[in-house]
Amino acid sequence: MMEMFIDLLFILLKAFAIIIPLMLGVAYLTYAERKLIGYMQIRVGPNRVGPKGWLQPIADALKLLMKEIVIPTNANKFLFIIAPMLSIGPSLAAWAVVPFSEGLVLSNIDASLLYILAMTSLGVYGVIVAGWASNSKYAFLGAMRSAAQIVAYEIAMGFALVGVLMAAHSINLYEIVMQQSGGIWHWYWMPLFPLFLVYFISGVAETNRAPFDVAEGESEIVAGFHVEYSGMTFAVFFLAEYANIILIAVLTALMFMGGWLSPFQGIPGLESTFLAAPSIIWFLAKSAFFAFLFLWFRATFPRYRYDQIMRLGWKVFIPITIIWILVLGAVIAAKASYVTLGLCTVGIAGAYMLFNKLQTASRSS
Amino acid sequence: MVKTLRNAFHSLFLLELLKGMRLTGRYMFAKKITIQYPEQKTPMSPRFRGLHALRRYPNGEERCIACKLCEAVCPALAITIDSEEREDGSRRTTRYDIDLFKCIFCGFCEEACPVDSIVETRHFEYHFEERGEQIMTKDKLLAIGDKFEAQIAADREADAPYR
Repeated sequence: MMEMFIDLLFILLKAFAIIIPLMLGVAYLTYAERKLIGYMQIRVGPNRVGPKGWLQPIADALKLLMKEIVIPTNANKFLFIIAPMLSIGPSLAAWAVVPFSEGLVLSNIDASLLYILAMTSLGVYGVIVAGWASNSKYAFLGAMRSAAQIVAYEIAMGFALVGVLMAAHSINLYEIVMQQSGGIWHWYWMPLFPLFLVYFISGVAETNRAPFDVAEGESEIVAGFHVEYSGMTFAVFFLAEYANIILIAVLTALMFMGGWLSPFQGIPGLESTFLAAPSIIWFLAKSAFFAFLFLWFRATFPRYRYDQIMRLGWKVFIPITIIWILVLGAVIAAKASYVTLGLCTVGIAGAYMLFNKLQTASRSS
Repeated sequence: MVKTLRNAFHSLFLLELLKGMRLTGRYMFAKKITIQYPEQKTPMSPRFRGLHALRRYPNGEERCIACKLCEAVCPALAITIDSEEREDGSRRTTRYDIDLFKCIFCGFCEEACPVDSIVETRHFEYHFEERGEQIMTKDKLLAIGDKFEAQIAADREADAPYR
């Protein structure tokens, strides 16, 4: 009995060791977002609260904590309160199986990829329940949009992951990373290049981020599913959204960019130095890069029209993933190496881009 | 057929999107144009139209002769003037109110004034804390005029060649 209690305590401690840095990461991702978008719009962004504005996210959190939670009349009170929890629950639960480095994982279950897929798709319930319980037309519209969008992109995302598990012969995230060891050309972004793109873009769509943020399109339906939310309930939705962004960034780093493996691995001359050693720093750097891409996208692209989002999901991404799964199947059946496939893919992409560049150059001269 | 195929390839390789990202990426390192307002300020023209003031002649006599041209020209009907004869027989205002909530800072009053009495100063950082404070009475306007006379005179001087 005592042992069980101690075990539980340890699990709880480990969970906190993940959640607290994650929440800090979320807070400073919002700061990074405002700062970065400001920089890209040649402004300086928040710089008043604390030195260089570093205390801005803390001030925001405090403000939201103090604010009143308004529950609209005729809203379904129970569902209205429970929706933010439904939204943040799965996005935090998914972190249980994320390996941060060799051996640094809360629970290394066999089917961790499947578990993550299940958890990330559960997040949509928070959005739908919030939209329905608020008893507001805009919230409902936002919820409907997000439901349809997530269903469409879930499939493309799932297929992209099928490619990963075919290549790695495993659905354990730790195993998937270890299969990619051997240098940058062994990472799956090369042989699975189209799947990598499809996965990341679907990830952007899954988290309802710009340019796929029709679920909360400010200019058309105010704030979408969370119009009626205020104070801490709103903050929890925000936390869930940014936790999901970090999760997608981390997963992309794990599945396509070799997780904690060093990009200098396998390069003769660097092989024995500290640069080639796998470390959590590589993992964090890669994840930070993908999180940065989310912000960059938001600063660059205008919102997609709703039917275009649907077209992209159903008519472009799903066919691409299916075709690439066939290609991968053929490569596996022919017992060819992934490196060859990767070099071919990236070679073709590079050649096309070069060709295009030359063509535009000759046209303009 | 070839064209559709080429377009398909074009969009598949995300070239246009990468171009857009290159542009925003470049702007990230561009020089920022933000002005940190209370500490830094943008340059201001002598024609700036801020808070109103009533001016006096150097001998202390108020300029306003209650001709009511400003009241007539005011498009927002923000100016109210009452006048009567003073002991020395000159016509003077007994009341000169500008409702700053109605005022649109068009500067017509300033232009209509034949004696350069009502002017708009560069001063634009002010606030009201109670109801009724937005009515600028004659006393308040004269006080502002006395306070900023040097600046007001310099501004009129600078703008004089263009009037």
